[in-house]
Amino acid sequence: MPSPYRDDFRIKAYTFGEGEKTLCIVGSMRGDEMQQQYVASRMVAILKAAEEDGHIANNVSITVIPCVNPSSINIEKRFWALDGTDINRMFPGYDQGETTQRIAAGLFEFIKDFKFGIQLASYYLPGNFLPHVRMIHTGFEDIDDSRLFGFPYIAIRQPEPFDTVLLNYNWQIWETQAFSLYAGTTDVIDHEMADISIDAICRFMLKKGFTNSSIRSSISKGGNININVDVDDPTVITQDNLISIQAPHAGLFLLNCTPGQEVKKGDILARIMHPYEGVEISCIKAPCDGIIFFARNKSITFQNTLLFRIIIANSEQ
Amino acid sequence: MIQNVTSLEMPVDEEFRIVKNHMTRGKGKRICIVTGTHGDELEGQFVCYLIAKMVSENKQKLNGTVDIYPALNPLGIDTMQRGVPAFDIDMNRIFPGNSRGSMIEKVAHDIYTDLSGADLVVDIHSSNIFLREVPQVRISEMTASTLVPYAKMMGIDFIWIHQAATVLESTLAHSLNSTGTPCIVAELAVGGRISHSMCQRLVDGIQNIMYNMGIWSEQPDPSKIGESIVCEGADPVAFINAQTSGVFITDIHNDMNVSKGQSIGQIISPLTGKVLSEVTSPCDGFLFTIRAYPIVYEGSLLGRIYKDTTY
Repeated sequence: MPSPYRDDFRIKAYTFGEGEKTLCIVGSMRGDEMQQQYVASRMVAILKAAEEDGHIANNVSITVIPCVNPSSINIEKRFWALDGTDINRMFPGYDQGETTQRIAAGLFEFIKDFKFGIQLASYYLPGNFLPHVRMIHTGFEDIDDSRLFGFPYIAIRQPEPFDTVLLNYNWQIWETQAFSLYAGTTDVIDHEMADISIDAICRFMLKKGFTNSSIRSSISKGGNININVDVDDPTVITQDNLISIQAPHAGLFLLNCTPGQEVKKGDILARIMHPYEGVEISCIKAPCDGIIFFARNKSITFQNTLLFRIIIANSEQ
Repeated sequence: MIQNVTSLEMPVDEEFRIVKNHMTRGKGKRICIVTGTHGDELEGQFVCYLIAKMVSENKQKLNGTVDIYPALNPLGIDTMQRGVPAFDIDMNRIFPGNSRGSMIEKVAHDIYTDLSGADLVVDIHSSNIFLREVPQVRISEMTASTLVPYAKMMGIDFIWIHQAATVLESTLAHSLNSTGTPCIVAELAVGGRISHSMCQRLVDGIQNIMYNMGIWSEQPDPSKIGESIVCEGADPVAFINAQTSGVFITDIHNDMNVSKGQSIGQIISPLTGKVLSEVTSPCDGFLFTIRAYPIVYEGSLLGRIYKDTTY
């Protein structure tokens, strides 16, 4: 698509292997999704080598779209810069509609017939996650296949009205087995979390038979992040086994823990400081034993802002 | 009386507040005027001013309650941003909110709770900076039987009864209407500007509603309350989208009838001096939306036409 003043808008896809449309991996869709861009680009390199070495299975094609929205990423805006719309709220798109509807329509037409889809997704609030796979409950989701990523946790949530225009939701409605993979961070690249996420995608491809040998020479052991990888029987988490912690006061936010960290009830997770007087306004403590699933990563907080989500210990059934 | 609807702390020496002007006298019905959901829509500011002035200077004509909420997104209006700054979120996609949710979800919940139970809520929008609209009311077909009579009392140019969309279930209007509080959405003019005449017409319409509800004893001049075009039926609206990217130039205004094939404008290239695309009307009808912001990408909305010509 031509732009009025900039270079043409293009979405590039890399396809490896030949045959049935098997797996599509979608990287960054918003202009701040640097981790998603990085993970997708690494997958291109890995799959290119795998193809050259003959490790893509017969009648399997795997497509990676590293970036859906180069126009926004190049000017460091999260959404479509001219009108502030979000391509990930435009699916399945409309080819006679507005610009981002057309982009969504063009992309969706290209990717809707894949059997499996992985979107490298980001969260609407600033913060870091324990890497995990997330699915929207549509009735079409396949939890068994989501276990093959080997993440210790799979998150399932009920759709809200605004979810019906997301890629993940529409992929499922069009009968693609769709997974949203949260690779830990969004606007900064975290190598370790990226490696864990890349390993998970490679593990999924191997266990599904899309690749015929392990195409990663070194599978991550989790490193400094307290996460078990290659878990056969992951825990399915819903709102019932997550506890949210919100800011009782606004102020400067000093984080004292990381996603994946095991915490005991009463452990100090963060402190909120008075921005002028340098004294502690609030000490945020773990309300229960558990594992940090999400942690805010900004240096300030508003009152009531979501700071943490904790997977409650012993809630794993 | 100025009242806090909700207040929350901001990080550095500032309180976030949603406020309303609560004006009450007698035991009549309650009408709420809300606006400022999107920070780039400003027409509602002048409408709120005119109604607050009218009521506060003529309290003896009031029998009931008028609540005015000029800014549901005060940070957005204050910084000329459509969404909620710092959260990058559309305020009109998070209703009815959540009392235990994050800051903006709690704010939405508190607004929704404060408005619930009113006899009528008028939610004023003014398009965005890209599109110019004739004064209109938009009503989901599911709520048409309740709300069209109010819209007609308003005497607004155009009533657009549209199909329900799941994604719109998160709007303030849907949240209120689905829980028994009638809410009518008015759209007019263009973002970032204030049209005095259009605002005055909307104020006349709201005054007429207040009169008919028994809240206000003075009827506005009937000559100021016009007949509305009611746009309904299957697929009643034609959309004109840009066929190419460039600069959209037009000499025509909305609020006019157009014929199939009539020129609406051109998309031009400043670099080459060429016309990239001729924009013509796809049908006969009433042009109620026209693009105001000239820079367009392929797909950008240029106009909307009500296809019926029998009104």
